[in-house]
Amino acid sequence: MMKEHIIIGFISRLLIPFIQLYALYVIAHGDLGPGGGFQGGVIFAASIVLYAIVFGMDEGRKRFSQKLSDILSPIGVFIYGGIGLLCILAGGAYLQYGKLPLGSLKLASHLGIYGIEIGVGITVAAVMMTIFFETARRKND
Amino acid sequence: MIELIIGKYNFWIYITLMMIGFYAMIVKGNLIKKIVGMNIFQTAVILFYISMGKVKDGTAPIIWEKAVVYDNPIPHVLMLTAIVVSVGTTAVALALVTRIYKEYGTMEEDAILDIERRQAEELRKKGSE
Amino acid sequence: MIDFILLFFLVVCAIAAIRMKDLLSAIMLLSAYSLIMAVVWTRLNAVDVAFTEASVGAGITTVLLIAALSRTQRGEEDGKGSEGGKQKPADRMTKSEIQKAHIITRHSIISLIIVLITGAVLVYGTIDMPNYGDPNAPVNLHVAPRYIKGSYEESGVINMVTAILANYRGYDTLGETTVIFTSGICVILLLRKKIV
Repeated sequence: MMKEHIIIGFISRLLIPFIQLYALYVIAHGDLGPGGGFQGGVIFAASIVLYAIVFGMDEGRKRFSQKLSDILSPIGVFIYGGIGLLCILAGGAYLQYGKLPLGSLKLASHLGIYGIEIGVGITVAAVMMTIFFETARRKND
Repeated sequence: MIELIIGKYNFWIYITLMMIGFYAMIVKGNLIKKIVGMNIFQTAVILFYISMGKVKDGTAPIIWEKAVVYDNPIPHVLMLTAIVVSVGTTAVALALVTRIYKEYGTMEEDAILDIERRQAEELRKKGSE
Repeated sequence: MIDFILLFFLVVCAIAAIRMKDLLSAIMLLSAYSLIMAVVWTRLNAVDVAFTEASVGAGITTVLLIAALSRTQRGEEDGKGSEGGKQKPADRMTKSEIQKAHIITRHSIISLIIVLITGAVLVYGTIDMPNYGDPNAPVNLHVAPRYIKGSYEESGVINMVTAILANYRGYDTLGETTVIFTSGICVILLLRKKIV
């Protein structure tokens, strides 16, 4: 039964690290070209979906457990809101990156935008993973 | 009259796409067909908004030293949010359809309404005894 | 010229996707529709939106629809289910009854007239709009020049769309992230067997 999956399994095992690397590249270069937090998060979730489809749902759920995706989903929103509160503590309005004590106005804004994109990417990847694993059929259903 | 048609005919094509999706949402009885129609409708509306932001001979809104005129970036930002919200809506709609299938055993809207009507009649008959 | 061919393909894919009786083919046509839509947006110079639609529309939505299809049935207008649920077989309608109910309660002609009237009203609304590609349209004159000029000096990023998303309109992006998180919670509440 597993013989027909040898080619697909081999190619997926080669490709999945590159897909995840590409997802991180898209998140990190969101300010130099098209891309950003959403696109990178969705591509990361697509690699996890590929792993679950090729190697079986139970194997995929064992690797990316329910507790992991449950904990990661609100952490992204928390990072986003937390950066806004940090800006209030540094003496500005909510989400005013210029007042962060990290250098000039341009550098502080740039680093604030990086932090926000990382938060958005984490939430989107975790939520897409959760939705796929809940919707697809498992064997005892 | 010819100027009116030349200047605006592509808006009319986008409105045709919107009406195709709208027709699928209200006429088709299968629940998954309705969700497919909803997706067609949403992407056609997003296409309409993005075509409103295009400027003649403009380039993509990324800063480039050889560019003279840029496209308007504001509709792109709003439609990015709209696409992501549409994915969330489709996910919740599919979860609801899965639960409906587990309860009623069918996915046709007419059959579901009929089963509901019969259940209500039985409850009314049992209540009046 | 190529825009005409792409728009023609879009309309053909949309009409074919809603007329198919086999649901798996309809979902594949929807995925092709999303991909051609992403190409059309690239022709309109909307690169960020095209990237998002290609990854989200032609990727995640197709997989979710097929996953939901694997839990329900594959054909349309069949009325037969593999699980009994709470209904006995005598309660379920036969195929001819479904088709008769389809005609009587659907009112296809009236729906077609309503759709045509809505389309005509929308076309009447576009007569007042500025022409396609007009650089003096009000949408390009209000606050867009300020965003275009200030996106490098005030934010330090080159991509204007990211600068507007994260700096000028940061609240909208916070709301959008919360909406995604809420949809994840809704799916967990609806489908999970044991909520610990």
